[in-house]
Amino acid sequence: MVKYFESKTVFHFSWDQVAQGFWKRYPNPESTHVLSEDTIYREVRGNKLFSKRLLTKTNRVPKWGERFIGSPVVKIVEESIVDPQAKTLTTYTRNLGYAKVMSLVEKVVYRQSEENPNWTVAERSAWVDSQVMGFGRAIQAFGIDRFKKNCVKMVSGFNFVLASMFPAAVLPASHGVSTPVMTRGEKLKDAAKKASELAKSKANTLYATCEPSS
Amino acid sequence: MEACGQLKEDYDACFNVWFSQKFLKGDNNDSMCAQLLKVYKQCVEKSMKDHHIDLKDADIEILGTEKEAKVPEK
Repeated sequence: MVKYFESKTVFHFSWDQVAQGFWKRYPNPESTHVLSEDTIYREVRGNKLFSKRLLTKTNRVPKWGERFIGSPVVKIVEESIVDPQAKTLTTYTRNLGYAKVMSLVEKVVYRQSEENPNWTVAERSAWVDSQVMGFGRAIQAFGIDRFKKNCVKMVSGFNFVLASMFPAAVLPASHGVSTPVMTRGEKLKDAAKKASELAKSKANTLYATCEPSS
Repeated sequence: MEACGQLKEDYDACFNVWFSQKFLKGDNNDSMCAQLLKVYKQCVEKSMKDHHIDLKDADIEILGTEKEAKVPEK
């Protein structure tokens, strides 16, 4: 059973700025878990830029997870398409290896905000799956927790990079890094953390927020 | 890949200029950094081979194809 999530984040930077910043996201203070980032494919096809990058990250694995996941280094493939006419940047990331233990697929579409042309909305979808008998649910819950944490890191790390690239765009009231405005959707409370409660969740879609919990 | 650090740096620097100055302004000609990309990619491929990293799975293209994960029906 695949768990599906959605979240929306607004960046107070224009789409052009976000698209430029996307390639410079690493390193940032929140990305210490990213070990390497390499471009393995890139081509312009029909006015769009197609890229594929290989990322390696370290991932904290809970004690009980060590029996399934030996190496803490995870390889991630990130495909992306930039369409400068439509002003969309679409990314699709998936982990290589351990796909049966836990597969995490994320798709993010960055587009110009309808509310403000100087802002960019990131619509994030994620699919978490595990096929380990008996442990599937626990691993999924772990995956959800991971997703939420990565979400927070992604937003604050990206904002940090954008603010240093485009300082003029940062509102004077903020302290160096603009605070992203979140669309909360339905708040999931702390249910996502607990596998037992997760099992009771009947909705197909969970809304995870990219806000730090503290 | 660590072994390709300098090549990556050179290519990324070129790419970032090309992306903001050319591509986002409607110029699709990507020859500007092609040579840098070529040597950098060769280095990454060799380095992966040396480390016995098999990336058959990475070659598959999913974004923009039928293979993309589907949003469940509401």
